[in-house]
Amino acid sequence: FPGLADVSISQDIPVEGEITVPVGSHSPDEDYSTLDEPVKDTIMRDLKAVGKKFVHVMYPRKSSALLRDWDLWGPLVLCVSLALMLQGGSADSKDDGGPQFAEVFVIIWFGAVVITLNSKLLGGTISFFQSLCVLGYCVLPLTVAMLVCRLVLLAGSGTVSFIIRLIVVGAMFGWSTLASTAFLADSQPPNRKALVVYPIFLFYFVISWMILTFTPQ
Amino acid sequence: QGGGSAVIDMENMDDTSGSSFEDMGEMHQRMKEEEEEAEGEAGAGEEEDGEFLGMKGLRGQLGRQVADQMWQVGKRQASRAFSLYANIDILRPYFDVEPVQVRARLLESMIPLKMINFPQKIAGELYGPLMLVFTLVAILLHGMKTSDTIIREGTLMGTAIGTCFGYWLGVSSFMYFLAYLCNAQITMVQMLSLLGYGLFGHCITLLVTYNIHFHSLFYIFWLVVGGLSTLRMVAVLVSRTVGHTQRLILCGTLAALHMLFLLYLHFAYHKVVEGILDTLEGPNMPPFQRVARDIPVVSNAVLNTTAKAIALTL
Repeated sequence: FPGLADVSISQDIPVEGEITVPVGSHSPDEDYSTLDEPVKDTIMRDLKAVGKKFVHVMYPRKSSALLRDWDLWGPLVLCVSLALMLQGGSADSKDDGGPQFAEVFVIIWFGAVVITLNSKLLGGTISFFQSLCVLGYCVLPLTVAMLVCRLVLLAGSGTVSFIIRLIVVGAMFGWSTLASTAFLADSQPPNRKALVVYPIFLFYFVISWMILTFTPQ
Repeated sequence: QGGGSAVIDMENMDDTSGSSFEDMGEMHQRMKEEEEEAEGEAGAGEEEDGEFLGMKGLRGQLGRQVADQMWQVGKRQASRAFSLYANIDILRPYFDVEPVQVRARLLESMIPLKMINFPQKIAGELYGPLMLVFTLVAILLHGMKTSDTIIREGTLMGTAIGTCFGYWLGVSSFMYFLAYLCNAQITMVQMLSLLGYGLFGHCITLLVTYNIHFHSLFYIFWLVVGGLSTLRMVAVLVSRTVGHTQRLILCGTLAALHMLFLLYLHFAYHKVVEGILDTLEGPNMPPFQRVARDIPVVSNAVLNTTAKAIALTL
């Protein structure tokens, strides 16, 4: 091959690439075929993926499906629905409609980012978006608790309803924390699990507190 | 290569007849003509090159320039992204702790030292302080919600985060600056760590007094718990500073800020129950008494600009 004899790579362009062979990579044909399929198929596929992850959250088992195919649709839907339900629940309802939504949104995403950074700094092996995905999906039990609280508050807001709400929110908070630690704590060195669990506990505690102190107008 | 020589004709500049505007206009016209001439030459030169390579030569040059620019932009973006990730790695050694160590340090932060002649070791770790600040934010939220604090032009969360982080970062920086002036042997990370662990006393006090509304209980906690953590921080600082005046300045400032912050947190964000006060305090009522308090406009504005600035940087 005479043409290749004088090929040289200049020093300042780094030679880089991946050595690992990706498992189960899509061939180009499959990628093109997803462009041609009807929109309903695409939406149904995404919805099914989100639904499967919801099931994984409600029955936390040690499966890696949540981690492997992470997506942020579920967390977005949960966050928006929780923020909408928490809206309008304060004394001055005329100017607090906006900030309530923004508050919840910012708390969830800012809190998730901080926990992710913390677990990465403590030596975790999980990636940024995988962790965001898990934390977002584990808000599902608290969203269910919010629904139940709203229904209970429709019936009345006395001491009995407060006790019911307290029990429900407490149970869902425990479920959320356990579900997320089941996924996240595995990626940490074994003696540091407590350091990672505490911020998750605090995060879901703040959300549960917002749900519990919600009083509709 | 379009830059023709910008020759400024000095005779025209000295001519004060007529307005200088006209002179500038003349100068510009002349410069433009010179530029066009130069461009014409350069264009001719390029065309010669183009003729050498054919019409594709011109387009090839353009294409090469565009590709070059894209490569530069891409490289810049990649290096920026890399430096962002590298920044996280800079923080990694400060998070290298074990749970046992964190617990030990939390308990130690309440125990004042006896030995102040020997510089005390401060662990430069950021996990404990960060978690304590977030815990303080959560407790503050709890206090604000239960006291129905009305915050205009802002959010509860923003105010809580702004207050706690503002205190931690701001007072640490200020104390570091003072320490630099007073020749104290302490680094920024150590100062952050020291002040952060000092917030443990604040957390305990607020947790208890936001739920049990006894005024005198708060004062007892303020003095005892707040005082213990302040004494610890002061002792550590004293052990690292030489000279009486410097020690006094540093420790006085830190003690004042720390204790006043606890006082502020209690009274600004917490409902003071008047009935219990009447029975406990009797005729001597402390100066500030409110049922539900609006955050004063000035501090509210400051807090909210801080919160907005933090939100923008996020």
